[in-house]
Amino acid sequence: MILLAVCALLAAVSGVPGLWLRTGGGKAAAWLLGLGALAGLAAAALVLGGGAVSQVLPRTPLGTQGFLRLDAIGAWFLLPVLMLSCCGSVFALGYWGDQRESSRRLRLLYGFTAAGMVVLVAAAQALTFLLAWEAMAVGSFFLVTAEDREPATRRAGWIYLAATHSGTLCLFAAFGLMAGDAGFLWQPLAPGFAASQRGTATFLLLLVGFGLKAGIFPLHFWLPGAHAAAPSHVSSLMSGILIKMGILGLVRWLCLVPDPPFWWGALLVALGALSGLLGVAFALAQHDLKRLLAYHSIENIGIILLGLGLGTLGKSTGHPALQLLGFAGALLHVLNHSLFKGLLFLGAGSVLHATGSRDLERMGGLAKTMPFTAGAFLAGSWAICGLPPLNGFVSEWLIYLAAFRGLAFARSTWSVLSLAALAMIGALAAACFAKVYGVVFLGRARSPEAAAALEPPQSMRAPMGVLAGACVAIGAAPALLAPALARAAAATGLAGPADLGALAHLTTLTWIALPLAACAGLLWTWARRGAPARTGLPTWDCGYAADVPRIQYTASSFADGLVSAMRLVLWPQVHWRRVLGLFPSRRGYRSHVPDPVLDRVASPCLELTARALPVLRFLQSGQLPLYLLYILLTLVALLVWMVA
Amino acid sequence: MTDSTLIRSLHFLLHILTALLLPPLIPGLINKVKALVAGRKGPPVLQLYYDLAKLARKRAVISRTTTWVFLAGPAAVVAAGLVAALLVPFGHAPAPINFPGDMILFAYLFGLARFATVLSALDTGSSFEGMGAAREVTFSVLTEPALFLGFAALAKASGSLSLSGMLASPGFAISRATGPLILVLAGWMIVFLTENSRIPVDDPNTHLELTMIHEVMVLDHSGRPLALVLYGASLKLLVLGALIVGPLLPRTSHPGLDWAGFYGAMALLAIAVGLVESSTARLRMNRVPQFLVAGLLATAFAFFLLQA
Repeated sequence: MILLAVCALLAAVSGVPGLWLRTGGGKAAAWLLGLGALAGLAAAALVLGGGAVSQVLPRTPLGTQGFLRLDAIGAWFLLPVLMLSCCGSVFALGYWGDQRESSRRLRLLYGFTAAGMVVLVAAAQALTFLLAWEAMAVGSFFLVTAEDREPATRRAGWIYLAATHSGTLCLFAAFGLMAGDAGFLWQPLAPGFAASQRGTATFLLLLVGFGLKAGIFPLHFWLPGAHAAAPSHVSSLMSGILIKMGILGLVRWLCLVPDPPFWWGALLVALGALSGLLGVAFALAQHDLKRLLAYHSIENIGIILLGLGLGTLGKSTGHPALQLLGFAGALLHVLNHSLFKGLLFLGAGSVLHATGSRDLERMGGLAKTMPFTAGAFLAGSWAICGLPPLNGFVSEWLIYLAAFRGLAFARSTWSVLSLAALAMIGALAAACFAKVYGVVFLGRARSPEAAAALEPPQSMRAPMGVLAGACVAIGAAPALLAPALARAAAATGLAGPADLGALAHLTTLTWIALPLAACAGLLWTWARRGAPARTGLPTWDCGYAADVPRIQYTASSFADGLVSAMRLVLWPQVHWRRVLGLFPSRRGYRSHVPDPVLDRVASPCLELTARALPVLRFLQSGQLPLYLLYILLTLVALLVWMVA
Repeated sequence: MTDSTLIRSLHFLLHILTALLLPPLIPGLINKVKALVAGRKGPPVLQLYYDLAKLARKRAVISRTTTWVFLAGPAAVVAAGLVAALLVPFGHAPAPINFPGDMILFAYLFGLARFATVLSALDTGSSFEGMGAAREVTFSVLTEPALFLGFAALAKASGSLSLSGMLASPGFAISRATGPLILVLAGWMIVFLTENSRIPVDDPNTHLELTMIHEVMVLDHSGRPLALVLYGASLKLLVLGALIVGPLLPRTSHPGLDWAGFYGAMALLAIAVGLVESSTARLRMNRVPQFLVAGLLATAFAFFLLQA
């Protein structure tokens, strides 16, 4: 089928016309990406609708199987890739104008990265997968470092590059271990491989490689910095879909293995609970809006892993219901998280665009000046907290159902762990987004910039509207997606029928969502009507007449109860001096929570290594003959090894 | 055939009427008990009905700082409470809406109500209300897992994934599940007191804003929004109360007796809450998490007892 190839090509060249156009390069890129996305969505719809699997190139000259193949799982991941890259390119029209010096480079690489991901989801074998993986990784490195004059951006970019290449090294090793097997060509592995030593090594290497990309705790350390430093539409693409490519890799691997050992599922559940809880805990402690959202991506990867883990447990113990619900929940959460996190990052971009700041403590009252952004951001916050009736609830509901089903089976410890973790993650996420939305959009402006904020242009509002609409639609009518979702989840090697509707009453959710919304709307109108309200007065606040915005509760104080309760985990750094005397001098209070892995483990270790390694510098003299000698020595060594 | 349909629609009607009309009676009962124990006469049991009727006619004062979110908070609380009331069985008859997994929706509807209340409080820009909101979300981090671990234990014991099956399971009276059931209900009692902001977690009658949790979040509500807040709070007492009394009710032969038993048990619960409030002091704010952890541990132990 040609649609997918058209999609990848159009995406790849979308930034090219802009290289020569003086103005309108952004529009050309958005049009090309949009057309490509239409072609790609058509291909995905054909596959998910039950049509034949499409193969772009049936045979390569080397005689191996075709290198692109869009199956149900690939098509499922293709949906968010196309939606988000398209929305991001439209958002960039207003956000990253043609006048910026980096705009051409950014557009070119944005399209390139998107094309890399389109090829990645449809990769039919390990070789294509690795090629597309590297294209995506390198492309996104340049996207992160768009503002390369900032030292913080450069640092974040280098950390990202180092992390992603370490991950790729692990993937090389893992695919190398599979090289002789069918797994290299994405064909099911022989039973018994998974339990063998080679299978264990492959699994662990893949987990590290994909985990580095997905941001599984403690491999997440590159993520907050890179997401905060990148332009917002790039953060939206990265957090929304790029990190999901790690999940795609794990799902592909789990499809190949017919008999995953029990401990794989248990490990995935444990990692999921760890990422989920620590991700949201660190998010609560952040003051930087985009860093906070980045930590929430770690949390949501944790939720997805919980689903994958439960699904794997179902597969290894032979419980199709558990397997279907777990994998379906994880896959739906992949899509949902892309939609609402993309939306939230675009909203954060609008706020940054309007106020010039990412610092939560300088915001406030934006709902009055930016009502559209505020509404869209509220939809995103509502969805990410998993509250009904939006889409986040549906996927978390499926994972909860999987955990409850798992209780009935023999070893139910992991199910009950998932339940407790999910419940706690949900409550913490609601706390965190109450803080974000309350401090940024409600109350009164805490800085002159926030007071002067303006609604962004139409081109930035429209993508937010589309994503918010998708969140509401999936939340209100999840049953429409159920057949496609079941088809994608069944591709993980399901023993029983893929009837999601029988396991999870998705239509019932629609019948509850509608009365709930109608009832809330009616009551809202009832409260608003009635005797005319007195408006125009300040907040009563028990009679505190001092009308100063600074008196409002801040983001730090809102989170303080939870942050100090979790101080053993979060390790907050607090700088303050005691207030003494009758007329104390001006005192300040600062607190921040550094990343535990990057700032407390990885950086010090790497610095030590960097100090120790110059000893080896004599090997790199820079003289050509010496390098030729190295090659010769290696050849001789290889010859000896092969003969011996 | 038509007979059972008739009975079911009667049940349905009674359920809806109970959910709509009964709630304001419960706080009235609690306050009456507290007054009697303190040797006062106390307000009439129907006081909240009078208050609601009065507030519905009164003018509201709405701060200029607020947006539409301010009114959406109380509206969402009542809407979520009403839908949750349709999911929980009152006594032994199954709830009007029941399907596998409805307990997750039930718990998340309360999450929704909490989120909306907190946003509504933050919308005023008041520091007191921010304080209350921060406490509310902090304590919910420990109550949510307790609620879910209780669901896990009951799901394991009853083999059902729906609230109606879990709570109305007949096998509870004397069985292996009795001990765990007591633990679950003890844990849920703590959740019930916390979620409804009663002593020893929060004091609904305190007059010091600095120590309040729920009441301080609604300081700026007046008129109809305040009526919704008060009604929503009483609805929460009924719905979470039904969760606790459900498994304790003995099964009778007649549906009418079942309903009478349910009303009686709710009244007993209200009296118990009144007695607790009269006899204990509220905990210091930094002791509250320990109290909540006790609830969490009780439900977790219940599950592990069933597992063993």
